[in-house]
Amino acid sequence: MSLRLEAVGLGLAYRGRAAFAGVDLAMEPGTLTAVVGPSGCGKTSFLACLNRLDELVPGAAVQGRVLLDGADVRGPAVDVVGLRRRVGMIFQRPTPFPLSIRRNLDLPLREHGVRDRAERAARAEAALRDVGLWAEVKDRLDRPALALSGGQQQRLCIARALALRPEVLLLDEPCSALDPLASGVVEDLVRDLGARFTRVVVTHNLAQARRIADQVAVFWVRDGVGRLVEVGPTAAIFEDPQDPDTAAYVRGIRG
Amino acid sequence: MRTAERPRWRGLAAAGVVHGAALAVLGAFAWILGDLLVAGLGQVDWAFLTAPPQDAGRAGGVGPILASTGILLAICLVVAVPLGLGAAIFLAEFTPAEGRLGRLVRRSLDVLAGVPSIVFGLFGNVLFCKTLGLGFSLLSGGLTLACMALPLIIRTAEASLRAVPPGLRQSAVALGMSRTSVVRHLLLPAAAPGLLAGFVLGVGRALAETAALIFTSGYVDRLPESILDSGRALSVHIYDLSMNVPGGDHRAAASALVLVVALLAINGASALAMGRFGRRLGAR
Repeated sequence: MSLRLEAVGLGLAYRGRAAFAGVDLAMEPGTLTAVVGPSGCGKTSFLACLNRLDELVPGAAVQGRVLLDGADVRGPAVDVVGLRRRVGMIFQRPTPFPLSIRRNLDLPLREHGVRDRAERAARAEAALRDVGLWAEVKDRLDRPALALSGGQQQRLCIARALALRPEVLLLDEPCSALDPLASGVVEDLVRDLGARFTRVVVTHNLAQARRIADQVAVFWVRDGVGRLVEVGPTAAIFEDPQDPDTAAYVRGIRG
Repeated sequence: MRTAERPRWRGLAAAGVVHGAALAVLGAFAWILGDLLVAGLGQVDWAFLTAPPQDAGRAGGVGPILASTGILLAICLVVAVPLGLGAAIFLAEFTPAEGRLGRLVRRSLDVLAGVPSIVFGLFGNVLFCKTLGLGFSLLSGGLTLACMALPLIIRTAEASLRAVPPGLRQSAVALGMSRTSVVRHLLLPAAAPGLLAGFVLGVGRALAETAALIFTSGYVDRLPESILDSGRALSVHIYDLSMNVPGGDHRAAASALVLVVALLAINGASALAMGRFGRRLGAR
């Protein structure tokens, strides 16, 4: 089941220096939100706040709230391990564990208390089918994951997150470290996961955002701080941008 | 053209120096090994490896001494490996690299790693033999060796843990994995080759140690009956034969050959293990 995710007045500062601030953004269930903007405007930091990965960085301080299905993800009753199961994250560089393909999927499932071996195997298979990797790897599940190609590794990482049955997927430039062919495969995959997941994709690739996004959020640096300057349905952002920076950006004049 | 020739000449000279240095290293090693082989090989046989020494070591073998050396090494490893691994995990995973505590611990370890072994020997003698009342014993010697090997083991283990790509930790945490299981299931396997290298360095240092053992495990050359007995390590035996026993030089060479072969065997075994492990993890 996909859930609604909403940032309210969200901001993040590293050791007192704001990376981005004042972001209000609603991500409706089952939609794909593309977060675009020039480098250094806080897109990745924004993504990290959504499943509390900012807590890995010493000196990072968050303002505002992130609501998952209406509940604050930083609330006192929230267990962060469960939150990260429900809100999966995929990084720019594929990061398979240096273990076998099977272990890559098995380890997180076991960590989240899936005791039954047969069930873990079934969920791993379903996730690999979801990302179109099953046919390619079913005969070599015990081979090292690092022997896969870059695109296969990235799909394995997506499968690893899917196996945990998340409700939201955060993807930080999931295609930018891949060759054009593999990039296309991953892009189609992210689009075709469809309404099962609420997806938030950070991308530098405007054409990609236009192809896959339901809504586009444009970040821009104002006075040294990343801001959300415009958000709207994909067609509106590309055809009728209101903000002058957005207009210049989507026409390829700036950014 | 002149301008084209000069760099070429320089390149050749640099290549000569580099190759020369490599050859010198190889040559020194070959010389030592050759010397030991010529002087010692004729005496090393099964009887030498198992028989007790006679006539202060001029005759007989090194059986009990090998046993003592093995026990010393085992005690050293049993103490130093878990402690060293624990300290390294603490340093690499639970203290920031540039934090004050981490820096202090690291600097202390670097100083400790450079302390001459005779100082460790005197320290071990006071602490283990006298204060803790363990006397001249294999236990005192093994614990002293552990103190010596620890800084080496901790620093190499920490370095190999820190060398694990940060993306691995990040994605594991993003999957909701706890810190303990990240360390246990991901970091330790990924860092294993480096960890093993550190242990081998530590074992090498312990196996070669003489000064620290004279003051702690003593030099009784009988087969020890317990770890509270005194026992003579192979390196102490070599030292004794060549310095204190007139006519012991040939037996010293034979013992040294055994020591060097043991070191080579440990190195070879760990290289083999690392290769296996590397293939299993599949870094192409």
